[in-house]
Amino acid sequence: MQLTSSLTATMASRRRMATIAGTATRTHGNLSDQDRIFTNLYGRHDFRLQGALKRGDWYKTKEILQKGDTWIIDQVKASGLRGRGGAGFPSGLKWSFMNKPGGPDGRPRYLVINADEGEPGTCKDREIIRHDPHKLVEGCLIAGRAMNANAAYIYIRGEFFNETSNLQEAINEAYKAGLIGKNACGTGYDFDIYVHRGAGAYICGEETALIESIEGKQGKPRLKPPFPADVGLFGCPTTVANVETVAVAPTICRRGGDWFAGLGRARNSGTKLFCISGHVNTPCVVEEEMSIPLRELLEKHCGGVRGGWDNLLGVIPGGSSVPVMPKNVCDDVLMDFDALKDVQSGLGTAAVIVMDKSTDMVKAISRLSAFYQHESCGQCTPCREGTGWMAKIMKRLETGNAKHAEIDMIEEISRQIEGHTICALGDAAAWPVQGLIRHFRPEIEKKIDAFHAAKAAQTAASASSEAAAASH
Amino acid sequence: MFARSLLALRAAPLSHTRGLQTTAPRLSDHVFLHRNTPENNESIPFEFNSENIKRAAEIIAKYPTQYKKGAVIPLLDLGQRQHGFTSISVMNHVAKLLEMPPMRVYEVATFYTMFNREPVGKYFLQVCTTTPCQLCNSDAILDAVEKNLGIKVGETTKDKMFTLVEVECAGACSNAPVLAVNDDYYEDLTPEATVKILEDLKAGRKPAKLGPQSSRQTSEPITGLTSLTSEPTGPGFGLQKGL
Repeated sequence: MQLTSSLTATMASRRRMATIAGTATRTHGNLSDQDRIFTNLYGRHDFRLQGALKRGDWYKTKEILQKGDTWIIDQVKASGLRGRGGAGFPSGLKWSFMNKPGGPDGRPRYLVINADEGEPGTCKDREIIRHDPHKLVEGCLIAGRAMNANAAYIYIRGEFFNETSNLQEAINEAYKAGLIGKNACGTGYDFDIYVHRGAGAYICGEETALIESIEGKQGKPRLKPPFPADVGLFGCPTTVANVETVAVAPTICRRGGDWFAGLGRARNSGTKLFCISGHVNTPCVVEEEMSIPLRELLEKHCGGVRGGWDNLLGVIPGGSSVPVMPKNVCDDVLMDFDALKDVQSGLGTAAVIVMDKSTDMVKAISRLSAFYQHESCGQCTPCREGTGWMAKIMKRLETGNAKHAEIDMIEEISRQIEGHTICALGDAAAWPVQGLIRHFRPEIEKKIDAFHAAKAAQTAASASSEAAAASH
Repeated sequence: MFARSLLALRAAPLSHTRGLQTTAPRLSDHVFLHRNTPENNESIPFEFNSENIKRAAEIIAKYPTQYKKGAVIPLLDLGQRQHGFTSISVMNHVAKLLEMPPMRVYEVATFYTMFNREPVGKYFLQVCTTTPCQLCNSDAILDAVEKNLGIKVGETTKDKMFTLVEVECAGACSNAPVLAVNDDYYEDLTPEATVKILEDLKAGRKPAKLGPQSSRQTSEPITGLTSLTSEPTGPGFGLQKGL
């Protein structure tokens, strides 16, 4: 006990978890158009090869490839790019795992692109794929060269049919122009890109489930280790990367890692696509600098919260899997990995779901619990059973048809799921519920009290009417 | 004594109310069993037509020769497009083509939600109701469709034109609420816009505008661009020294 209290005291006096000490006073945001990577985000220009060339794609790709794998990885490492799919793992480091000392072992290597965008709130990769597909194709080639891969598989969710057509057209054009395929860009390096359409399973966004799915099996995550970089797709070394991560790589190589690292706070560098949905005046997808204050992001690009900032109830800052933040946290939080981690949430995919005071928060989170129940693959018992239990209890909490003790019970269930499953879907299902209880417990209690009060009034009314009937 | 209480128990009328559990018994979304029906049984022949045989060969070529079965999802999708739904015959044909045990194909077909193992209408309506769409009133869209067509979620109209289902996140959240009709997305919906789309489809017309039904083109802010207002930079902009 003594130990714990002294530990807490030191913790409090120390700086918060992952942020660097003494951050500079520089403010972030206000990204200029010249520093935007996805210049055709809104599809105002031609997405085909001609248009892409005009916007500077495929410029000096040959020279970049000829610089070699170490140079590309060093550029990405210098840029401080962290994976854009949610976990935020440093990309340069991840790509370097593919080039093991001792040289190639005779097995082919694969790059797999995760375009199975299914996280509720997230709609950024769709914009890249349908409006700037050449950025992704070129990114595949450069990232593939960095890890000496033989081929890339792009796993795109099956619902994106029209988007897939655009991507396939871009790939066909690139093959025709000799940019990929045999002797890609005239460098003597052979690289193929294949598109694989999924068929509607959120869990296939998990990297090992995605690999299983490409192999033609049910999308059930594999136990790690062995990690995909050792045994991945078709038993060969594989790296799975998000669309946005790979699509920014060519621009980083062209403009230099330092340019990218100069945007955003240290360790959270670069630009990021934010997809804002929910109760803002003008929901949109926009590319902004990392570490932009949430309030500025919403007011500059989304016309502010419906009914003004004071009408804000809460924000889910990174897609459905991260805990919700109440308004007082939203007031001054920065949108980057470390700042959001410090407030017990996360950047995730930067899918900002805004909820104003008209929202029934319990209902909103209950819908997410139903989502996770639907999408659990059923492989691990805690997740398969637990998501069902949580969804059932949440459904009752919506109307308040529960006991107060059940709030603690559902919290305990969520703790039993978290960390006890093969993949992160269990965690993702637990966190929204935990966030709800952490910040909105009084809301739930109010509902329960109201339900029981209404029920008591009803019983009393029917009893008195019965008594009245009996006395007649 | 014991016998009498047992008798009393037997005499008590069987109650249909559920005592132990107050939530409604909700079974899984789909039945994973296959039961033969007149329109879906093994004796109905199915084979890819000549055009799809070519396509299938192209798809299979994407995967290493010893991992041909990687093509099972795309081929089932191809079969569904040709036949209208993924019947048992489609699954068996794909299994034969890929030299897989049929059971492995059934496993895949039951796991992924986009495979319809029952016949569906000509227009497959998928309303997204996950939280971002729900916040933008997707319940009203669902209501509008149900009222207009006179069917509930999971049902098909009598003329076999429309099937309505609820789907999880369609991945177009900045353009919520979203309705997908077969492969096409209709976004930024209002109940009126939804009814208009349905009326167009009923009359055999293609709805006038795909994507957002509001005044915007894609996912930009509806009041005008807040970024990307200048011409995109050209080749070589900001090129680093080493290149």
